[in-house]
Order: sequence, then C-alpha cells, then structure tokens
Amino acid sequence: MSESHTALAHQFDDLAQQEDAANLGMWVFLITEIMFFGGLFVGYTVYRTAYPAAFAEGSHHLDIVLGCINTVVLISSSLTMALAVHAAQVGQRQLLTVFLLLTILLGLVFLGIKAVEYTHKFEDHLVPGPTFFFAGEHAKQVQIFYAFYFGMTGMHALHMVIGIGLLSVLVGLAWRGRFSSTYYTPVENIGLYWHFVDIVWIFLFPLLYLLGRH
Amino acid sequence: MAQHIVSRRMYYQVFAALLVFTGITVAVAFLNLGPLNTIVALAIAVIKALLVVLIFMHVRYSSRLTGVVVAGGVFWLLLLIALTMSDYLTRSWLPVVGW
Repeated sequence: MSESHTALAHQFDDLAQQEDAANLGMWVFLITEIMFFGGLFVGYTVYRTAYPAAFAEGSHHLDIVLGCINTVVLISSSLTMALAVHAAQVGQRQLLTVFLLLTILLGLVFLGIKAVEYTHKFEDHLVPGPTFFFAGEHAKQVQIFYAFYFGMTGMHALHMVIGIGLLSVLVGLAWRGRFSSTYYTPVENIGLYWHFVDIVWIFLFPLLYLLGRH
Repeated sequence: MAQHIVSRRMYYQVFAALLVFTGITVAVAFLNLGPLNTIVALAIAVIKALLVVLIFMHVRYSSRLTGVVVAGGVFWLLLLIALTMSDYLTRSWLPVVGW
C-alpha cells in the first residue's frame, strides 16, 4: 500500500480507498442496469398476467436443452471470472490471463448457442413481424411472448458482446503486466459487470424457457 | 473491498451450488404445482442471484455503503414491480366505462 503507487490518483488517501470508490461507482452503474432490465421484466410480467396461456404455449417452442446448456456455460464463465479476480489478487499474471481468456471463450460459446437458437426461430417463422406464423388459437398473443423473448435475450446478448470486448482489453493489459496484487480495480469492476449479466440470465432462463413445461 | 481475498474453494462451492439449483429449477418445472411453479422458480432464481452477488461479486466482504447501495437498487426495482402490478391487477375490480 505504498503512497507513491503509480495507479494512485492524487485525490485518494490510499489504494484501498480508491478501490472502494471505484467499486461503489461500478455498483451505481449496475443499478441503472438493474432498472433498465427491470423495465423489460415488468413489461413481461404485465403481459404474462394478461395472457398466461399464450405465454406458456410460446415458451413450449423454446429449446430447453440449449437453454440449460447455456445456463451452465454462463455459470461456468462466472466461475472463471471469479477465479481471474482471485488470480489478480494474489498477483498471478499468467493465471489471470488464462482465466480471462477462458471467460471470453465461454462467453463466445454462449453467443454461438444463442445464434443457433435464433436461426431455428427464424426458420420456424417465430420472429415477430410480418413473417410471424404460429398455428394455434393465441397466435397474436404468442407473438407478444416472442417479442419479449427476442427483446430480453437480445439485450442480454448485447451486454455479453460488450462484456467480451471489455474482457479482451483486460487480457491485453493483464499480459503486459498492468495489474498487481495491489492494483487490479479494472479486473474487479469488469468482473462485477460480467456477474451482473450472469444474474440477468439466471432470471431470464426460468421465466422464458421453463414456464408452462408441465 | 479492502483486499479481502475469497478462497478458491469458496468459489468452487458456490459454483457447485449454482449448478445444483439450476438442476432443481429445471426438475421442478416439469412438475405441475399450479401457481407454485412460478413462485418456486423465482425463489430459486433469487437464491442463485444472492449467491452470485454476495460471493462472486464480493458484496458480503465489501463496505457497508456498497451493501446499502445494492439493497437500495433492489428495493427500487421492487417498487417498480409492486406499483405497476398494483395498477394492472386491480383494473378489473371496478367497472369503468371505456374499459
């Protein structure tokens, strides 16, 4: 905790205080993200309450196996992210780089599986719009379900793409030895972002894929 | 934060718990519990989210200020849900012309 550490900005007493401030700032940003996704979740709740049968029907046409695999992939990526932060804390540069790369890899696997799912939905005419077709009595309401499905998983996927971009920058910085056991705030904060995206999926998965399975 | 290092063993345990809860939530989805299905699914999702927030995101080891800010954010989300649904769920209670 040397006072003359190069990473220490002059307005802070020490690195611990600086890190606390940075973490708090990241959390304030994440709370704006909670409210952003919160709006989507509330919209979903309102329409699911209005059309429960149609939402269950729409959910039946999602691929539960791919959904499960993606859940496991994303939880695993959260583990590798947590282990990356741990490696940074104990100053293991190579391990940090490896875990960051693993997190990126798992994130890409998730997006790849998502792309396969989206392709199936396009082929089955389940994408809302003029080409939407659903053989069933609630076709119009099922279209609303799919609007939420694509809106929510699409925003989630966009956050993953941004997260992978941020992690790629971290890999470069980590490899050049910019982090140490006394300074690793960017790793910690981008980790917070990655875990947040994981939490969004933890709620999306049961609400979209699992409702009305029985 | 102040340099509290969570052991790797703890991370593995949380990871295992998250996988177990995922398995439970999928299994329960195939049972017909009526309205309880949604409640159980959401309860499990909340437990999983808490594990991630407290351990992976280190809130359990962070300053009290961080904890208050996080709780405040979640409280605001609950307000959004509660006030919106208290409107939509009660609209049919009184017959209003034009509805």
